[in-house]
Amino acid sequence: MAKKLVTLRIDEHTLQVPEGMLVVDAARKVNVDIPVFCYHPKMDPVGMCRMCLVDVGRPVIDRATGEVVKEADGSPKIAFGPKLDTACTTPVSEGMVVITNSDKVRAARKEVVEFILTSHPLDCPVCDKGGECPLQNLTMAYGPGTSRFIFDEKMHLAKHVPLGELVWLDRERCIQCGRCVRFQHEVVDDPVIDFFHRGRSLEIITDSEPGFDSVFSGNTTDICPVGALTTADFRFGARPWEMVSAASLCSHCPVGCNITYNVRREAKTGGNMVIKRAMPRQNEGVNEIWMCDKGRLGYHFTESKQRLSEPLVRKGGELVPAGWDEALDLVAQKLREAGSSLTVLAGGRLSNEDLFNLRRLADAAGGQAVLDTHMGGGDLAALAVERGAALIVVNPNETRLDKFATHTLRYNPGELLLTFGGFLESAAGKVFAEAENALVFYGSNGLGLQQSTYLAYAAAELLVKTGHYGKANNGLIPVWPKANSQGAWDMGFRPASNLGDQLRQSKAVYIAASDPAGDDPALAAALDEAKFVIVQDLFLSETAKHADVVLPAAAYTEREGSFTSGDRRVQRYYPAATPRGLARPDFIITAQLAGRLGVELPAAAALVLDQIAAQVPAYAGLSYQKLAEVHEQWPIIGRSDVYYGGTGYENKHGLGVQLPCAAERGEKIDLPAAANPVLPSVPAGSLLVIPVARLYDQGATLRPTALLDGRIARAELALNPETAEKFGLQAGGEALIAAGGWRVQVAVRVDSHLPVGLGLVPRSTGVPVFGPTAVTIEPVQVEIKA
Amino acid sequence: MNQLLQKYPQEIQTILAKYPADRKRSAVMPLLHLAQQEPGYITKQALQEIGEILEMPITDIDSIVGFYTLYHEQPGGRYHVQVCTDLPCALRGADEFLKQLCENIGIKVGETTPDGMVTIEEVKCLAGCHHAPMFQVQGDGDISYHEDQTVESAVELIAKLRDRKEAA
Amino acid sequence: MSTYRILRHRDIPNIASLDVYRAEGGFEAFHKAVAGMQPSDVLNEVKASGLRGRGGAGFPAGLKWSFIPNNLWPHYVVANADESEPGTFKDREIMESNPFQFLEGLMLASYAVQAHDAYIYLRGEFWQIAKSLDGKIAELEAAGLLGDKIYGTEYSLRLHTHLGAGAYICGEETALLESIEGNRGQPRLRPPFPAVYGLFGKPTVINNVETLANVPGIIANGTAWFREQGTEKSPGVKVFSLSGCVNKPGNYELPLGTTFRELIFNYGGGLPEGRSIKAIMPAGASSSLITADDRALDTPMDYESVAALGSALGSASVIVLDDSVNVAWMVSKTVEFFKHESCGKCTPCREGTYWMSHIADRIVKGDSRKEDIDLLNYVARQMQGKCLCALGEFSTMAVVTGIEQFREDFEKLQRS
Ligand SMILES: Cc1cc2nc3c(=O)[nH]c(=O)nc-3n(C[C@H](O)[C@H](O)[C@H](O)COP(=O)(O)O)c2cc1C
Ligand code: SF4
Ligand code: FES
Repeated sequence: MAKKLVTLRIDEHTLQVPEGMLVVDAARKVNVDIPVFCYHPKMDPVGMCRMCLVDVGRPVIDRATGEVVKEADGSPKIAFGPKLDTACTTPVSEGMVVITNSDKVRAARKEVVEFILTSHPLDCPVCDKGGECPLQNLTMAYGPGTSRFIFDEKMHLAKHVPLGELVWLDRERCIQCGRCVRFQHEVVDDPVIDFFHRGRSLEIITDSEPGFDSVFSGNTTDICPVGALTTADFRFGARPWEMVSAASLCSHCPVGCNITYNVRREAKTGGNMVIKRAMPRQNEGVNEIWMCDKGRLGYHFTESKQRLSEPLVRKGGELVPAGWDEALDLVAQKLREAGSSLTVLAGGRLSNEDLFNLRRLADAAGGQAVLDTHMGGGDLAALAVERGAALIVVNPNETRLDKFATHTLRYNPGELLLTFGGFLESAAGKVFAEAENALVFYGSNGLGLQQSTYLAYAAAELLVKTGHYGKANNGLIPVWPKANSQGAWDMGFRPASNLGDQLRQSKAVYIAASDPAGDDPALAAALDEAKFVIVQDLFLSETAKHADVVLPAAAYTEREGSFTSGDRRVQRYYPAATPRGLARPDFIITAQLAGRLGVELPAAAALVLDQIAAQVPAYAGLSYQKLAEVHEQWPIIGRSDVYYGGTGYENKHGLGVQLPCAAERGEKIDLPAAANPVLPSVPAGSLLVIPVARLYDQGATLRPTALLDGRIARAELALNPETAEKFGLQAGGEALIAAGGWRVQVAVRVDSHLPVGLGLVPRSTGVPVFGPTAVTIEPVQVEIKA
Repeated sequence: MNQLLQKYPQEIQTILAKYPADRKRSAVMPLLHLAQQEPGYITKQALQEIGEILEMPITDIDSIVGFYTLYHEQPGGRYHVQVCTDLPCALRGADEFLKQLCENIGIKVGETTPDGMVTIEEVKCLAGCHHAPMFQVQGDGDISYHEDQTVESAVELIAKLRDRKEAA
Repeated sequence: MSTYRILRHRDIPNIASLDVYRAEGGFEAFHKAVAGMQPSDVLNEVKASGLRGRGGAGFPAGLKWSFIPNNLWPHYVVANADESEPGTFKDREIMESNPFQFLEGLMLASYAVQAHDAYIYLRGEFWQIAKSLDGKIAELEAAGLLGDKIYGTEYSLRLHTHLGAGAYICGEETALLESIEGNRGQPRLRPPFPAVYGLFGKPTVINNVETLANVPGIIANGTAWFREQGTEKSPGVKVFSLSGCVNKPGNYELPLGTTFRELIFNYGGGLPEGRSIKAIMPAGASSSLITADDRALDTPMDYESVAALGSALGSASVIVLDDSVNVAWMVSKTVEFFKHESCGKCTPCREGTYWMSHIADRIVKGDSRKEDIDLLNYVARQMQGKCLCALGEFSTMAVVTGIEQFREDFEKLQRS
């Protein structure tokens, strides 16, 4: 229901805004800047800092008649309060008059700034926030020229306090605005930092283990209106005015957070553009103004010394540097020879342009395009989310999501579809069936490829049964493992049912942005049986070590491209850093190879997208111009830094395009009948283990961020205390787990929240568990040193 | 193992019963009082155990400890002798009383006697202004008022407190 | 029969025992209300009595109860037993010595707004009082006066004590609610007011202990009886906490409208030999100072008359300053108090109390600069009208009025 509009005056502007809007927001609509410190449009107002004081008048109502009292000239009589009001907590009302530019208001601002500065250090010259600091800016705009506070009486407090390994606190600079604390409480619902003491002794603390243990901690450094909170990553890294910004996307997961890379030329890299930090870029349809720490910190792979910078060709058993022409000629020849027994294996980290060209190349050679993923069912993807929903979580083990769930269902791995069977009769199922809109997010937590495919079918069937499909805000959304797994699916890449066999039987294998050998020793062996292996990547991965030719790819940060997010929004990113050595963008390498095969493929990103638009029905009508379109977003962020504080760069580079769902395009998808996946039998003495995803995985693009070392998933086996005891395992100990030809040593973690009789193994940590697997377990005797 | 729950099952039940079932965190202050009874301050373990009982993150609880002055963040004396020197008491000689008391005991405000028994603190108005000089003694899970004091009577009381060896 | 209405223990021994309290007519009002009156009748009776809140603001209690909306449930009643204003010690005496009268008042208030749970928020130092009240509540439950189906009616009520832990700000009603909810005791934004969004987000009445202790008498004896004492606009008796430079400090129950002179000289025994009265702080550390001239001494202590003197009656905690007291020193004490108690939520109070205490300290230590008196005054005024709650405002009162009336005391301490 649309809210009633009210008419009010702010200084010389008369405006109409929805009832209930706060005065501070209404003022933004007519470009009147009411200064704030504590207010943040993404959080509830608290009225703490008192910076936003304005004079608020309301029409006088005659009690007897209920009519507005008129002045002699017929205008309504306005009564102003004895005190100023905080614009951040005062909702607009009909006939209100707000004065923001009187002497009284100016004096109040000056006085509040003076109060804030009484205990603020004068260290702007060495402060990371200097140059984009709301306190600095508002002091210049409204503050007193000099302070009457005696400098010697300023509080001296700790200036280098690590709240955790990622975020540092300067206690002197904190102005107690509470934004950071409120962000953790309200936005993240993970209150791991808080105020301690009271009055002038207020300070920010954390007791969490590890410190400031929150996935979104970095955002607090953006919204802190002073230099009190800084990331360990950017601290003392660069001055804001030395950097320029490049619009980009986060490449670590399929959410598709819009970000900005701040870059500057650095002498130590020979004048190359170097990324200094990543910050969120506003996209209210995706990440609003936030991003997670993985995305914020996980850009260091770009600058890694381990990056490949020139093509390598195996000669005499060794990979040795070669020129591009030599390498490409050789590869083209091998592709031609392989013909239909060519396998092109791509990872979901590649852009749509890369994948399209790669697919075309595979087609040209007559080969097969395979997606390296552990999740299936991607045909069924659909549309976006809205707020205020009921959340039903179905998972074999406890996850952080449970806290937000209205219903939580647990199942034993393998009995998943049985859960679905009875689902509609359960309380959660009724909520689901009766909901106006329903979305199913599905992933592969605990599942292998086959099971996740069945899961997708079962979920789709559920949506169809309850009529939640084929319209906006309804449908199925896959939680893909990689940023562009969805794009890969759309470009026609499909997971292989048995990748090992496929590799073994290929005459040539062309692998881009994927590391099967690193993931699974069995695949490494399979690769060795393939006739010719070409690897195109950023690093000399385990797979690349098995290659005959290695082609150095430019990182996505060094070139243009587009990703399709998990909820199917196509978004583009722009070049930020200078490409490494001779590395080239994947789509260009492919185009050059295709040229050698006599097929012309576009070698400019924009042109590739044009072809995608022409050939992939779901992408019809897309162009780089379209992806770059922006419209005004609310709240207004990053413009004249009023709310957000200088660190939010205005999004001028595009909001992306949401793809329609298949049903909207009139496409029909046949739903194969779902069946319960076959579970491995678990012989006595064995344990069923399942793979689970961890945020900080050992992915090739995350590992180079040393700052995250402490949080990276390690090879471990997590189980319930009862199960641990049964297998003679101890918390903190080690164990050897083995199955079908492999044996790996893992750490043992005991967690009473886990179901009995089940083990969890994180993906990407070198333990080849890709679906439910029965393993044998032996405890490792830890030697006790005398 | 939650020692708090083990030690005070009855008390904790009584406390939780005071508040609506979906407003468990209301019990955080009484539970902190309970947890402080024996050690005399809030231990890290107490934070954790209260966190478990009330399903609150420990930072959240610690933040409450920091706000209120009767919760001690650090171990101090077994007894906190808290002398009011606020305006009404000061008008009746509380400042001088505190000074002399400290001299007699041989420690400064904020310090603890060498035997670890008594910490002398200066506090704000205790609602005993008409009986100044006065102080309260916090310790052993109790707070008692001592009003119309002289330095002699206070010294004597402190001596008695320091003699209490076994737990009350 | 007692000549007292609130401090009845002073002439009825053992009124803190339930039997004695009942023998003296205790709980007859509660019985009369629950068994025979509509909740709205109780409310209207209190409204008609003109009883004003004894916690500081003097807001009419019945009017406050009438703001509770009947479309939002449940309702709560909270007794404010935080009593932390320097110079205030009356609620403590009531709860220690005449507890059932207070509890009966709380129960009547609860019945009037149909609350089924009521909380008593005690400052953390009132540990033993809380224990004793817990015992009294248990006795009432055992006697069937609390619990389900009281007097065989459908009405049920439970009382709960909640101990604070050392924070003056928790006397401020919204900070108090936060504290019961298990949060840091920082005031909430208002509106919404507690009458609509109070404890646990539900409509809530908050009254001072003494306010509530007046209610049984009103219900038992009627409005006319209540109005026999006091003035037209400030009816009833008040417990005045008298402290500072007087011979007999203590609580005095007197009709509202009694003059300062009577309280200080007739009841309080005057000042010690050789001392003369210099100034009065009628509302504890939050007071605007009153220079104790004849006009002031003859002012009746009711809400209107004290306001007309440029001060406020507040909780009627009268602190007397004699001619030996340097007002600058007094100011340094009050400012120190507010600095210590500022919750830190809003800038002017957090920074202003800190800054003022630095300046006041300098002045008292004889270290000040010439401009410091004006600066102190300016900082106080700079805080006024900008704070989130009244604490910040309170902290400026003694400063501004002290400098205005006794500037020479400040100057005396400055090095020439
Ligand atoms: C800083 C501050 C401290 C207060 N302290 C108390 C107190 O200790 N006791 C009290 O009854 N009211 C106190 N009040 C007043 C309460 O907010 C509230 O007005 C009162 O409890 C209402 O009860 P009444 O209407 O019965 O007076 C305080 C107010 C402020 C702003
Ligand atoms: S650290 Fe920054 S965001 Fe947090 S309270 Fe201090 S000034 Fe505000
Ligand atoms: S009080 Fe309004 S912005 Fe801080």
